[in-house]
Amino acid sequence: MNLTLRVWRQPRRGSEGAFKTYEVKDVSPDASFFEMLDQLNERLNDQGEEPVAFDSDCREGICGTCGVMINGSPHGPQSGTATCQLHMRKFNDGDTITVEPWRALAFPVLKDLIVDRSPFDEIIQAGGYISANIGAAQDANATLVPKPAAESSMDAAACIGCAACVAACPNSAANLFTAAKIAHLGLLPQGQPERYLRTVAMVETMESYFGSCTNFGECETACPKSISIDVIAWMNRDYVAAQWKNLRKQGQQA
Amino acid sequence: MTTKTRRLEVNRRSGWQSWLGPFFTSDVGMKWMMALTGIGLLGYVLVHMIGNLKIFIGPEDLDHYAESLRTLLYPIFPKEGVLWLFRIGLTAMAVIHIWSATVLTLRNWKARGKIRYDARRQYAAANYASRTMRWGGVLIALFVIFHLLDLTIGSANPDYVAGDVYNNVVYSFERWPVALFYVVTMVFLALHIYHGAWSLFQSLGLANPRYDSWRRWLAVALALAILIGNSAIPIAVQLGFLTVSG
Repeated sequence: MNLTLRVWRQPRRGSEGAFKTYEVKDVSPDASFFEMLDQLNERLNDQGEEPVAFDSDCREGICGTCGVMINGSPHGPQSGTATCQLHMRKFNDGDTITVEPWRALAFPVLKDLIVDRSPFDEIIQAGGYISANIGAAQDANATLVPKPAAESSMDAAACIGCAACVAACPNSAANLFTAAKIAHLGLLPQGQPERYLRTVAMVETMESYFGSCTNFGECETACPKSISIDVIAWMNRDYVAAQWKNLRKQGQQA
Repeated sequence: MTTKTRRLEVNRRSGWQSWLGPFFTSDVGMKWMMALTGIGLLGYVLVHMIGNLKIFIGPEDLDHYAESLRTLLYPIFPKEGVLWLFRIGLTAMAVIHIWSATVLTLRNWKARGKIRYDARRQYAAANYASRTMRWGGVLIALFVIFHLLDLTIGSANPDYVAGDVYNNVVYSFERWPVALFYVVTMVFLALHIYHGAWSLFQSLGLANPRYDSWRRWLAVALALAILIGNSAIPIAVQLGFLTVSG
């Protein structure tokens, strides 16, 4: 396959960026999208040019490091697939492919296709954990978890934090990511003691960086783990419940 | 763990926003208020339509119905007392709905940043209805102002006679631009309801896979009922089915 790539090139954070066009020849249809970019970068290296910078780590769709906008679709045209698992057989010989970084005010471009996603880390730091000390490893049956709760929690826990939901959202909202993390912990018995403080802290941190949900549903279709927007409904309900429950605890807080 | 979080670049809240408290100024809280006021306004639109369809029964029925609204629960309440309670409530709901939408839209535009995607976005789930909520909403608001001037206050209707409801409607819709504006607005109102009546379950956290399928049908049914029921009146006037009486 011979392809024409239009790639966003930007040397550093805050600097001017622009699209640059590259011809990539003899691409195997069995190559992954990043193997194709690797092929381009090998050539750029040989020519003494700066290679295209992009995030990738596991290349098996489970780490959440990768993610670029491909022809206006987050992670490219195949649903339920991270960019690293997208293969060139999804494209046609002679195609022009536009590759862009995620765009949102909270995600400044660091270089080329790499954006700073640390607001996601801040959302997790606000409450995406369980701090109860559980001591040594205990019997798996010591804490009973209802099967439906375990399944729903696991569906939400599939989130890899790649930020395709933000990239896909016309409002640059991070509701799918935040809701997945809140539902993941809030559905389990281990998550109950901190549940309402967690929900409020994570939602309010999210809202300080990102837009809000207008229920377009774009995030759900962009998500490489196909997480349902039902988790957002769950978060909306839990946030309102949390505001009431936390009122009763106000006196206990410093 | 603390609920006090560091507010940064995008959506800093200050002044009146922090005074109102965290729930009513949070995006999630404002979406709740939009959903609740949306239910109220949708209920009003439905009742308003059902009442006005009496125009097809006859002039006396419509005029009598309109008069009965002024004497609702009289003499427990003064004349027009309940009517004004409704008017105040509806205005409050409309203000909250529009105010929330405006604040959220401005926050969202800010959160997007200045740089857009160069390639045309391939929308997979967003439809025409969900993408016209904002400007369709503005159109509906402008229509409501005209509608009040036309048929409640009468200053936009040269043939207006207070209390002569049936003839006021017919005179108004005999002007084709008014009838066209009405029908076009009803199309956007139907689109607004098609997305809104589905979306409010999501905002209120009532969405559940068990009844997600009938949520869509409910929205379609409400949107079609409003579109057909309301548009029938100006179309009937334009086609000559409803003419000036006595």
